[in-house]
Amino acid sequence: MDGAWKKKISVRINGVDHVQEVEPRLLLVHFLRDLAGLTGTHIGCETSICGACTIMLNDNAVKSCTVLAVQADGADVLTIEGLAQGEKLHPIQEAFWECHGLQCGFCTPGMILTTHQLLMRNPQPTEDEIRHALDGNLCRCTGYQHIVDAVQYAAKAMRRRPTGKRQGKEQSRSKAQRTLGQKIN
Amino acid sequence: MPVSKLVGARVKRREDPRLIRGLGQYVDDVNLPNTLHVAILRSPYAHAKIKSLESDAARQHPGVVAVVTGSEIKDQIGTLPVSGGNETLRVPKHYVLAVDKVCYIGEGVAAVVAEDRYTARDALDLIQVEYEPLPVVADPEKALAPGSPVIHSEWSDNVAFRSEQKQGNLTQAFKEADKIIKQRLVHQRLAPIAVEPRGVVAHYLSSDKELTVWSSTQIPHMLKSNLAQMLKLPENEVRVIAPEVGGGFGSKLNVYAEEGLLGYLALKLDRPVKWIEERSENFQATIHGRGQVGEVEAAVKKDGTILGLRYKVIADIGAYHQLFTPAIPPFTGLMLSGCYKIPAISMELTAVFTNKMSTDAYRGAGRPEATYVIERMVDRIAQELKIDPVKVRRKNFPKPTEFPFKTATGLAYDSGNYQLALSKALKLAGYEKLRRDQKRLRNQGKYLGVGVSTYVEICAMGPKGMWEYGKVQVEPNGKVTVLSGASPHGQGQETSFAQIVADELGIELDDITVIHGDTAAVPKGIGTFGSRATAVGGIAVYQSAQKVKEKARELASHLLEVDPDDLNFAEGRFSVKGVPRKGFTIKQIAQEAHQGGRFPKKMDPRLVSESSFEPSNFTFPFGTHICVVEVEPQTGTVEIKKYIAVDDCGKVINPLLVDGQIQGGIVQGMGQALFEEVIYDENGQLLTGSLMSYALPRAADLPRLNLTRTETPTPVNPLGIKGIGEAGTIGSTPAVVNAVVDALAPFGVTHIDMPLTPQKIWSLCQEAKAAGSGGRR
Repeated sequence: MDGAWKKKISVRINGVDHVQEVEPRLLLVHFLRDLAGLTGTHIGCETSICGACTIMLNDNAVKSCTVLAVQADGADVLTIEGLAQGEKLHPIQEAFWECHGLQCGFCTPGMILTTHQLLMRNPQPTEDEIRHALDGNLCRCTGYQHIVDAVQYAAKAMRRRPTGKRQGKEQSRSKAQRTLGQKIN
Repeated sequence: MPVSKLVGARVKRREDPRLIRGLGQYVDDVNLPNTLHVAILRSPYAHAKIKSLESDAARQHPGVVAVVTGSEIKDQIGTLPVSGGNETLRVPKHYVLAVDKVCYIGEGVAAVVAEDRYTARDALDLIQVEYEPLPVVADPEKALAPGSPVIHSEWSDNVAFRSEQKQGNLTQAFKEADKIIKQRLVHQRLAPIAVEPRGVVAHYLSSDKELTVWSSTQIPHMLKSNLAQMLKLPENEVRVIAPEVGGGFGSKLNVYAEEGLLGYLALKLDRPVKWIEERSENFQATIHGRGQVGEVEAAVKKDGTILGLRYKVIADIGAYHQLFTPAIPPFTGLMLSGCYKIPAISMELTAVFTNKMSTDAYRGAGRPEATYVIERMVDRIAQELKIDPVKVRRKNFPKPTEFPFKTATGLAYDSGNYQLALSKALKLAGYEKLRRDQKRLRNQGKYLGVGVSTYVEICAMGPKGMWEYGKVQVEPNGKVTVLSGASPHGQGQETSFAQIVADELGIELDDITVIHGDTAAVPKGIGTFGSRATAVGGIAVYQSAQKVKEKARELASHLLEVDPDDLNFAEGRFSVKGVPRKGFTIKQIAQEAHQGGRFPKKMDPRLVSESSFEPSNFTFPFGTHICVVEVEPQTGTVEIKKYIAVDDCGKVINPLLVDGQIQGGIVQGMGQALFEEVIYDENGQLLTGSLMSYALPRAADLPRLNLTRTETPTPVNPLGIKGIGEAGTIGSTPAVVNAVVDALAPFGVTHIDMPLTPQKIWSLCQEAKAAGSGGRR
């Protein structure tokens, strides 16, 4: 809105710096969708329960519907659009496709990024660990079984191809930025 | 059909590459230049008069373009449409925004249109509404009681409609019975909760006189007709696009106030407008499902033979009808026979208005209620007669040779083999051993329960006017465009329809594009619901592909100067019998058919065909689900140890997609059994208004499901497919409840109403212990 107090922020999204003047109350998810034009991050509940808006903020999976854009000033963000390298899909994306881990696709970007976080921390999760890790992401279509299959499939593929493991995290960050992400998480 | 290459194969979805990259375009991703944002002020009262509404401050707020109220626009937008119902149906005027009074929490009262969504929300707070609260009735049984507040003053009570479905000689059945078993059953209200909330974008192009409405809908064509009527526009000036739709489950099988309102605002303001539902609005103002309270009576012989069934039920309609509200509860009556031979059945239905959001179609839509009634009753009968519940089921099944099987409720089940699905499930579950384990564990103070549900459902809507449209056009370069009037939103028909066409025309899957969800591209259609998209829409596509092939054969015969019967067709190529090198591929024929000159004069150019398919009957998928639970009486928690599902949806186009539908459906049914309930308090206040208070199944709540199938094709359509969208939900709920009740038999428990929360189970166990009957049989 014109006349409102605005703050200039810079957020590196999928390796590209986005500098914008924003209202302090602007949610990060609206920054990503409306200002950066990256509509792959979805909004399903506005209360951080459904997880459709999950993104990586300084290597931590966070729900961008409950983070202010100004809190991400100077941070590195990875959204679903930044996961594939050109035409080459990330192994987690391949796995969701292979295992029919999605139906309507609305929860999928959040599911994929949550899986990304899980596999960074635990490359060989058990089924229980996978189900526990996905507890903050709701899917109404699949009943989760094919999603669990997809996570297992991706884990296996990424263990075979360890280069894929840190894919999408090509930018270097300052220590301060990493701390910010952890705080928000 | 030639030998199938793709039909029946686990083909990966063609929808997925865009979705896994975040490139799918849902309604909120439609960004037109100069778009205005709409926010809706909703009633905080369940029943109140609007005494005054002051909106000047909102109108003057910087960035606000318009504020509209119900009384300002009531003559300019028609009321919301209703389908179905009988001569007793009462239809209260359902305005797009409330006019003089509000009848449920969340009813729209005013709308703000602003330059951005934050400003629109800010301005809502500047609108002052003075309400005069009226007495509220939220409980459907109380709404029928004498002296209840009456919600719609046009009538003297809250009855929305009544119906009686009665077949067979019930008097005789109940006279001849050895035992009459009664049970009260509550089907709680549920929220469908598609993860994408609803949303609408509307844009009026005055130069072309075209109103385009993007809506997260399951029924773009029906919505188009209804919007034209509501907005008093000629139907050819309205276009509806269902872009990527993030789940529906029946909740987007509707015409909502916001769709009419946004259309109106686009016309009036001459700028694109957008409204995206918030989750709290979704709980308040998107339809709910289920909501029945009934008394069942079963007349049975000592050996478990069911002679008759009476169901007296109250259906909670909510404050108004939505599109199919009156059509849903009668489905329950139709399916009360389940998969059993029951000679006499009645359903006495009273639908009642309450100060709540409307109920309407939610995955299963009336059939889960029927299956729950009959499957709970079969277990109650078994318990009362001390017979194994599996034996009671077998006793009453029709034989596979008795199909088409006519039920007392007037249906003819197309095909089935209920014994086979049951035997297969019992074997997979290790039923006999489970019963032995159960006995042994009870002696150790552990409570294992085994629940069986043998379901049949009615789908592929259906005969009598519910056709679907399909078109196949081979482009001049040999690529194929398929258009369908079905409107998939996660089910995967861009893949399964392509499989059907690829096999029929002998072409590659990658050469096919499937288009749906745009009324300007697809001339007609009905939509996706009632497990109909493949079993009805897929057949229309199949028939069109056949017609295209026949035309190609005709043209090939003309070009090759041979009789059409002297042509072979294989791998997408017509060749002369005995001279295989002489021939034309579909691609070559498509070029010839486009260029002209060489095709017969009487022939239309292009290889393009369309058809509509209206089945002669419904289809009746069926199956057996077995759920094994362990209940912990100290905490009341239920752990699902094992879940076996044997489903039969006839022939299968793509097993991967069928598994996905079944798994998702089962988990939704488990949600009803264990977790979910929309709760309003006596003031009509919605207590479960967010995902923090409404419990959806999460990944860690669930076990791995063990699925398998039997395959009994339907004779109703040429591909033998029945539909699978709702079977999981219909089959699973009673399996879970039967298992928990079975586990608690030593506590003298014969029934628990859903959801089976730890609190309810713990209380029952405590009561049983206090009464001295707890724990041992």
